[in-house]
Amino acid sequence: MTVIRELASVCKSKNAGPFEVTIDVIFSSDELFERVLSTGILSAALFAKLYKVEESQVLFMPYPPARAFKATLPRLIPAGAFDDRDVYGAQQHAPILEVDIPD
Amino acid sequence: MNATRDKTSPPEARLLAVTSILGYGFPEDALRRGMDADPHMIGADAGSTDPGPYYLGAGIPFCSRLALKRDTRLMLLAAVPRGIPVVISTCGGAGGEPHLQMMAELVREIAREEKLDFKLALIHAEQDKAFLKKQLAAGKVKPASRRPPLTVEQIDGAERIVGLMGPEPFVRAMDSGAQVILAGRATDPSIWAAGAARAGLPPEMGWYAGKMLECGAEPAAPKRDGCLLARVYTDYIDLEPTNPEQSCTKLSVANFALHENPSAIHHYEPGGMLDTEGCTFEQLTDRIVRVRGMKWHQADVYTVKMEGVQRVGFRAISMLATRDPVLIAGIDDYLQRVRAIVAEKSHNFGVPEDGYKLSIRAYGLNGVMGEREPRTTTQAHELSFILEVLAPTQEVANAVVAIARTTTLHADFPGRMCKEGNMGIPFSPADVELGASYEFTVYHIVDADDPYHLFPIEYADVKGQS
Repeated sequence: MTVIRELASVCKSKNAGPFEVTIDVIFSSDELFERVLSTGILSAALFAKLYKVEESQVLFMPYPPARAFKATLPRLIPAGAFDDRDVYGAQQHAPILEVDIPD
Repeated sequence: MNATRDKTSPPEARLLAVTSILGYGFPEDALRRGMDADPHMIGADAGSTDPGPYYLGAGIPFCSRLALKRDTRLMLLAAVPRGIPVVISTCGGAGGEPHLQMMAELVREIAREEKLDFKLALIHAEQDKAFLKKQLAAGKVKPASRRPPLTVEQIDGAERIVGLMGPEPFVRAMDSGAQVILAGRATDPSIWAAGAARAGLPPEMGWYAGKMLECGAEPAAPKRDGCLLARVYTDYIDLEPTNPEQSCTKLSVANFALHENPSAIHHYEPGGMLDTEGCTFEQLTDRIVRVRGMKWHQADVYTVKMEGVQRVGFRAISMLATRDPVLIAGIDDYLQRVRAIVAEKSHNFGVPEDGYKLSIRAYGLNGVMGEREPRTTTQAHELSFILEVLAPTQEVANAVVAIARTTTLHADFPGRMCKEGNMGIPFSPADVELGASYEFTVYHIVDADDPYHLFPIEYADVKGQS
């Protein structure tokens, strides 16, 4: 098992409008991207579990031209509303860094 | 220097994005190199919802006037004397009427200082609530981002509502001879879709170019401030950063399709949807990437997204930190105790528990992720806290945050040895008024009668020489 932060070249989050956050995981080679894709571990279900939302609320897609996986999910608190922690949504990637990928 | 060209040559639009957001700054050399390519239009998208609802609500920009003036002055000096249109959209960051007026005043000031003459167009984006209610009653409003349906109360309660204009008003303003175009809220790629449309290029080319140009040199690597030049043709687009330290690569360009979009493939815009499923990327030189294969699906109905914010009260905050290991070990209990004491003391000066909201962010524990934080314990040797109070008036917000600050500083806890105080407080004054506080309430898509009528254009001849 290897955690994603040792495999990915980029793992980032950002607002997609004030009510959604989008998380991108990008790999540095087609081989690595295909390997992670073939495990099926990165999925709507995984993001739903890690970010505490229903799976039906997660828009998930692999995007091969960028060797990337993308997930978009609702924010728990809209950007900038009372008790929001991350107005730009730029620090919501961390739980993905620790996801294990089988060797 | 007009995008209308000799009919015998194939259409081409050279579009120069000077920066990711007006006021973020860009190297003068990158602008000069971009101007050497003789662009048909230069521009900057000046805004975003990213900084949050405050700026739309309060009517002020999130970049400083000094920075906005620096960037705008360089754009006007580079392009106006050569007759190249300068287009700035989502003026002032949020694109409301006060933002547009602030930029108009700033541009007139630059014109006087630099003795520039030009025809100015102002395109307004603030929306008439009566029109929105009419569309709502007619079933012509639907939510974006899985929001609940819009209500009349939300329309009435909004401090300000802007519509995100498409390219059509920009094309009209340029066709009318405007050399400097300042617009309220627009979708980020719209100005570039307009530049391509004026050259007679198909919409998928303009929209894709816009998706790349909307954040300046972001589709290039390494990440630096710079400008991005798009050469747009009938069936492909060439992208080149003008900062010589940067290159566009197939991967850097493909990656940018992910940026701030819910989908990497389907991009909804006024009048249709850009589909990048079939895009192919070709490394033309070591710094230029050619993209082709994008598609545009025309919508049956022309729609406009609306953004509106409502004032929800006033806020005050205070910042503190502890270095005490005993307190940190029992932090959850301690913060519960603090909340209870704050409720009691606030009640004593006339503020009931439902008369305010108190948030305590514990940095080092759950400060960044809040409820989404997967770790429930901390090994931190110090913890920092931001106390945030939201209340119906500034006076109450200030009063409750002050009592919360002194309570956090002085409340007792089991095993306490630091009898003089639990917190390091980094500032005097310790509390900060944040003023009026807003929330996004309107984020809905409305059928527009046509692409123009929600966005009236006003023209003026600016005479800086006299």
